[in-house]
Amino acid sequence: MRLGLMALPLAFFALFFAWPVAAIVGRGLRVDGVWHLGRIGEVITEPDIGHVLWFTTWQALASTALTLLIALPGAYVFARFDFPGRHLLRAVVTVPFVLPTVVVGTAFLALLGRGGLLDELWGVRLDTTVWAILLAHVFFNYAVVVRTVGGLWAQLDPRQEEAARVLGASRFAAWRTVTLPALGPAVAAAALMVFLFTFTSFGVVQILGGPTFSTLEVEIYRQTAELLDLPTAAVLTIVQFAAVGAVLAVHAWTVRRRESALKLVDPKQTARRPRGAGQWTLLAGVLAVIAVLILLPLGVLVARSLDTPDGYGFGYFRSLQSVGEGGTFLVPPLEAVWNSVQYALAATGIALVIGGLAAAALTRRGGRLVRGFDALLMLPLGVSAVTVGFGFLITLDRPPLDLRTSWILVPLAQALVGVPFVVRTMLPVLRAVDGRLREAAAVLGASPLRVWREVDLPLVRRALLIAAGFAFAVSLGEFGATVFIARPDRPTLPVAVARLLGRAGDLNYGQAMALSTILMVVCALSLLLLERVRTDRTGEF
Amino acid sequence: MLKLDGVTVRFGERAALDAVDLEVAEHETVCVLGPSGSGKSTLLRVVAGLQPVDEGRVLLEGADQGGVPVHRRGVGLMFQDHQLFPQRDVAGNVSFGLRMRGVPRARQAERVEELLELVGLPGAGRRAVAALSGGEQQRVALARALAPSPRLLMLDEPLGQLDRTLRERLVVELRSLFGRLGTTVLAVTHDQGEAFALADRVVVMRDGRIAQTGTPLEVWQRPASEFVARFLGFENVVPGVVSGVVASTEWGAVPVPSGSAQGAVRLLIRPAGVRLLPAGEGLPCEVVSRTFRGNHVALRLRPRSGPVLEAECGVRDAAGVGEMVGVGFVGAEVVVLAG
Repeated sequence: MRLGLMALPLAFFALFFAWPVAAIVGRGLRVDGVWHLGRIGEVITEPDIGHVLWFTTWQALASTALTLLIALPGAYVFARFDFPGRHLLRAVVTVPFVLPTVVVGTAFLALLGRGGLLDELWGVRLDTTVWAILLAHVFFNYAVVVRTVGGLWAQLDPRQEEAARVLGASRFAAWRTVTLPALGPAVAAAALMVFLFTFTSFGVVQILGGPTFSTLEVEIYRQTAELLDLPTAAVLTIVQFAAVGAVLAVHAWTVRRRESALKLVDPKQTARRPRGAGQWTLLAGVLAVIAVLILLPLGVLVARSLDTPDGYGFGYFRSLQSVGEGGTFLVPPLEAVWNSVQYALAATGIALVIGGLAAAALTRRGGRLVRGFDALLMLPLGVSAVTVGFGFLITLDRPPLDLRTSWILVPLAQALVGVPFVVRTMLPVLRAVDGRLREAAAVLGASPLRVWREVDLPLVRRALLIAAGFAFAVSLGEFGATVFIARPDRPTLPVAVARLLGRAGDLNYGQAMALSTILMVVCALSLLLLERVRTDRTGEF
Repeated sequence: MLKLDGVTVRFGERAALDAVDLEVAEHETVCVLGPSGSGKSTLLRVVAGLQPVDEGRVLLEGADQGGVPVHRRGVGLMFQDHQLFPQRDVAGNVSFGLRMRGVPRARQAERVEELLELVGLPGAGRRAVAALSGGEQQRVALARALAPSPRLLMLDEPLGQLDRTLRERLVVELRSLFGRLGTTVLAVTHDQGEAFALADRVVVMRDGRIAQTGTPLEVWQRPASEFVARFLGFENVVPGVVSGVVASTEWGAVPVPSGSAQGAVRLLIRPAGVRLLPAGEGLPCEVVSRTFRGNHVALRLRPRSGPVLEAECGVRDAAGVGEMVGVGFVGAEVVVLAG
């Protein structure tokens, strides 16, 4: 039964992940049918590479710690406080997450770099320091923590904490002994995701890192696309793969699945208006952080998209409707919007099916085999997207699987990064469903499939929507793999933005900012729509 | 109707059920009684198919249930803490089993009304389960279990979480309900009062084994072992040697019913069999405590040797704490225990 559920996800990963990556690695390390494994040792011992590896690791750790520190209070505020504009703001903080990394890098450069806002005001420049990278990573991953942790937090029964308070626990002790353990798995899942993202960070570091700071992913891109040194790129891909594998193994080993049967309640019951000076201060603090860290860079981005040579206006937006000179595009850039939405919808569908099946298979604790499967699902987050995209091109180009000309190629690659989100978001909630509810349904005559539909699904519908939102968002913003496989006449938004940024001139730069703004708005709108979908009607479907 | 044949369930080293044989006849209400950890909940889970059996067979209407999945067994189970589906309203919960069986919608609605009427919650169909009181939840859980007309209804601590007056009222209601519907019922509880009031037959369990089976009256009057006697709340158990119709014990000579087993045994003397005599007669005892129980007073008496004795007497002639009394025994209230 469980193996049956695992079959489809396994096949999906074998075909669209393992095979392309293996093919690329093979290309790099096999010359004339002979493996050159000695290359691995040679590359790793190079001092430059050692430096890259060290920087990649510590900046990821620092970024994760900083993100948790800044975003956990935010998760609490969004979960427990009811204030005007909460839903809007929650959608807004998710926007950075789906912005193409290049755009994030550019926005922060405009904020912290030479001639940037801070430079103009106080003469402060951070683009030559690691702080720019760390702050951009927080900007990027704030939503991961708010949504993963906050989603569960909102559904924890506050009476559990009240029970602890009555038993003599202080406010903090009650939080530490009751809420924190319940949140533990969700926090661990969020931390893991943030770590993997920052460990494989590409666009942000590419732009803000300059020559001093470089992550593995940046190095892989440099070796593949600039130096055309495929063997070194292959070795680095393996190194990154191994590092990510090690992290996941440690994670699986330390986090003994502790999701206990939580008392989940309707999130509407748990949010209330802040009371007392302390709570208002907390709310104000979180709002201030969001304003400075998230709204400011986004604002700079929008301002630049409107800042045409003839003063502020929609000139850049209007110019997106035509193909324009210079041959940057075969179609009007605006078509990229519709392309992106279509691709992202398809990718979301695929990710929900594959991730949903996987999460259902993982719901019941299992042996080593199942834990291995769990870790496998996370690997796409840690493997170079550049490698995956390039791998698609060289493996899925001949019968029986010739997908080169098929539109499905792009959603498949995008779904690959969406699946881990679906699994990680669904799993804690699925595991928290009281097993005896399932038993009660079975005794009343529901088959295992029916039990899932009647008991699990209604309880996790909210988590499912959050997962869908995530999958849609990452698909919309996916760049590393898509850039290799999107057809020239059907670019996605991030690909179009990158293409514009790669060209000189004010018009291209302005158009890039305008397209980024559109991407931002599309994302915010779809997330808002998701927030609006109310699913708490009691009773039947 | 239901037959358990040498059913054994092990959790690691420990046997939760140890070669249990049990039969429940059609229309019979059987109550499994035992302290927590005696395996009684496991018994229900085995019959429902929620717990795989390590050894032995479960038969329903003569058919071996090995390999029959939970949802095809056609039994009803009312969970200890009800386990109502929080996302459905009362009607959604009650009709769940009917929907699983593909009963037409109109018929479902009829049946839901019928059952809510039956359990005393007419018209409550649209209410949210979270808004129900404990007693109402219990009624909904019962209606939900009864709705598909299961061939066997199982109740796990059905009244465990309710307050006493409600419990006593519901026991009577359940008993007459099961009588009217002719349902076959297997219930488990740790509360002897509940078991005796509900059951046609009581099964006392201890450490995964059946300690005694019988009608409530039989079990009450003739506990089979010291364990059963103590579990039922009897305290006056003493070792003794029976010879003829008298046993010699630490409490002195105790009369036993004629035909009792001879030799070294353990004796149970029900509190009613302990007669208070004026000081200086019978076994001299000091009154240790005095508990008012409404229509009688329970006294704890310490004799010069042997365990403390429990006695009942009328409110008026109860001795005070610290006073010395004499004690005599009534043979009819003495039970010779096996083992």
